[in-house]
Amino acid sequence: MTTTATPAPKKDKKFKGVVVINRESCKGCAFCVEFCPLGALDLEKDYNAKGYHPPYLAKPELCNGCDTCGLYCPDFSIFGYREKLEQAA
Amino acid sequence: MSAPVKENPVNKYLRTERMPSIWCPGCGIGTTVNCFTRALDASGFDLDKVAIVSGIGCTGRVAGYLKLDSFHTTHGRAIPFATGLQLANPDLKVVVYSGDGDLTAIGGNHLVHAARRNADMLVVCVNNFTYGMTGGQVTPTTFRPAIASTTPYGAYEETFNLPRLADSCGAVYVARWTAYHVRQLAKSMGEALNKKGFRFIEIIAPCPTLYLRRNKLGDGLDEMKFYREKSVIKHGADTREVNLDFRQEITVGKFVDRERPTLEEAMEKQMTKTLGSKYVPYQSPGKKPAWS
Amino acid sequence: MSNANSTGVLSGNHYLDGDHACAEGAIAGGCRFAAGYPITPSTEVVERIASRFPLVGGRFQQFEDELGASIALLGGVWGGAKAMTVTSGPGFSLMMEHLGYAAITETPCVYIDVQRPGPSTGLPTAPAQGDMMQARFGSHGDFRVIALCPNSPQECFDLTFRAFNLAEEYRVPVLVMLDEVVGHMTEKVVIPTPDKLQVTPRRYTKKKPGEGFKLYEAPAGSLVPEMVKAGDGYRIHVTGLTHDERGYPAMNVPTQEKMQARLMDKLLNNVDQIVSWEEKNLAGAEVVVVSYGITSRVAEKAIQAARDQGVKVGSFRLITAWPFPEKQIKALAGKVKAFVVPELNLGQMALEVERVVGGKTKTVSVPHPGGTVHNPEVITKAILEAVR
Repeated sequence: MTTTATPAPKKDKKFKGVVVINRESCKGCAFCVEFCPLGALDLEKDYNAKGYHPPYLAKPELCNGCDTCGLYCPDFSIFGYREKLEQAA
Repeated sequence: MSAPVKENPVNKYLRTERMPSIWCPGCGIGTTVNCFTRALDASGFDLDKVAIVSGIGCTGRVAGYLKLDSFHTTHGRAIPFATGLQLANPDLKVVVYSGDGDLTAIGGNHLVHAARRNADMLVVCVNNFTYGMTGGQVTPTTFRPAIASTTPYGAYEETFNLPRLADSCGAVYVARWTAYHVRQLAKSMGEALNKKGFRFIEIIAPCPTLYLRRNKLGDGLDEMKFYREKSVIKHGADTREVNLDFRQEITVGKFVDRERPTLEEAMEKQMTKTLGSKYVPYQSPGKKPAWS
Repeated sequence: MSNANSTGVLSGNHYLDGDHACAEGAIAGGCRFAAGYPITPSTEVVERIASRFPLVGGRFQQFEDELGASIALLGGVWGGAKAMTVTSGPGFSLMMEHLGYAAITETPCVYIDVQRPGPSTGLPTAPAQGDMMQARFGSHGDFRVIALCPNSPQECFDLTFRAFNLAEEYRVPVLVMLDEVVGHMTEKVVIPTPDKLQVTPRRYTKKKPGEGFKLYEAPAGSLVPEMVKAGDGYRIHVTGLTHDERGYPAMNVPTQEKMQARLMDKLLNNVDQIVSWEEKNLAGAEVVVVSYGITSRVAEKAIQAARDQGVKVGSFRLITAWPFPEKQIKALAGKVKAFVVPELNLGQMALEVERVVGGKTKTVSVPHPGGTVHNPEVITKAILEAVR
């Protein structure tokens, strides 16, 4: 299952950060949460089918789509990207 | 409001039908693979011409997960397989991706000789200080006095300083990073991919299940935080000065970047010099596809 | 089939030793990549290769050991070359793992073993035939290979040439099992013109990438999958793990059963096309001498001596030791009083003869620990005793 979280953009931003999480393939290592440079992620309280706590975008307004989470993820279960606001509208 | 669901950019490099991987939660191997795909992405290479060769072990499984021509060989023999593959098909860019036990113990002889002869390949060595797949035995990189299943009272052998080993044998590119240094690692892999000759990147990575747990060092995340805290970037450091020790500072960075004729170039040059017009150069089967 | 590449073929009459003839057979057979490590008495093969390859567009690499050499050639094959390595007993032992790897990955390749007495370092630079069972069973697990036994420098050329064709036909490792005498004896070798040398090209798939090619799916009516090479866009995965038709690891019993059955059957179902032997005076024979390699030439004298004494002795010379010409030996079993099996080991192929004969006829092993060849009189004596 794939879920997306989209923040409400700040008015002065030209893009917004988007994080895509495949919560079922996550093994809950929390690398993404720890190393998100903006502290935007946290682990869910819920479990996925394999019994791990996957991440979620806890503070969407902080995410700038830098994809550091994507680089860290050992299970290829999360990535971030930037969406131009003109295109996203 | 929901954004259009994009494909994970790493997916085009993966055999997604083989996911999830066998790697444990908190294992660093997947993170290094992630960095590798970013480096490939940035390289602009024709991926059809990139071949990946692994030995045996947890890191040895990398070949099976990457959607490239991929060869999961025998224990310790990825490097000679890669040498044969590259010499017989010099149009390929060959990457060896394996672990510390595979490359430096059972495969140690091939490592030193491939570096000496400057065989054209990038060797990525994921060093997690243990044989993971067989249950956590001591390797040539296990620090004293770490506990391994075959050193239950603590390791007592001197370890390899892998960058020094590769450097002294003649590798043209030598770097060390940890799984924490994802951006630097991806950049370094990209640099190394674009060089010719024997290139060696050591990546320190957590093995939470067998190395960390047995040594009461926490989980994968704890180890990654340890890397963040204890790593010092020293580009160009003398590789004699970058030895690692148990729970001590980790020197990372690009240590060696030099030029030397590759095995293939040296071979061609010598044959041409001695044989002149009698020399019939090898015709690479890679010039055109077999189906054409 | 296509004609041999004329740049490589030294057509004409030569005076060559067996090792050098092997090298020429390989070149004529299309081999353009070889990996080696020095070991007596096989080194002359790679020395010849090292000197000849740069003149014919081939690449030779000496490795740090036989472990490296015996897998480097497999890398060469997947890169698109026809490839081989060469060794002798101790090196052959080190190569065993990759014989198994070549078998499970169905990599067409050629290994030459110039046998010397063992075990271990044994008696270098002396003849033996003690690796025959190792050729068949030396790597762990069940697998099949083809093993050819030349008894002259001419046959070293012919059989090495054929080894490359067989490797491509069945995608198996093919072993050329010399002994030191055949490797080092010098005789006339006639190398045919390229138009007389029919080469089996690599059986590449006609499917392009994206057209549903599966690495280990044999085409209808065949048990041998088609090949591809790295770099052509198929994104293959080759593994020594038990794998499915895509080449992906599948560690379960049904996959193991299916894979192993095909690996066995692709040779067993084609035994009639593979086996070859030379027979003499089998009609009405009371005793048949089964021999191979240099021992077959020593046995000729013994057979003649026995025939001079009125014994009806026939000769059955193994050219393929593996697969063993089981059907042919079985057919003789009911007709003859005994099989006499001289060999430069303590009774290896004799075991296979005995197994195939199944008690119908006596099997007499004429063992020799190696280091030299049999005294023909010992074989004659065994023939005379067997017929009593």
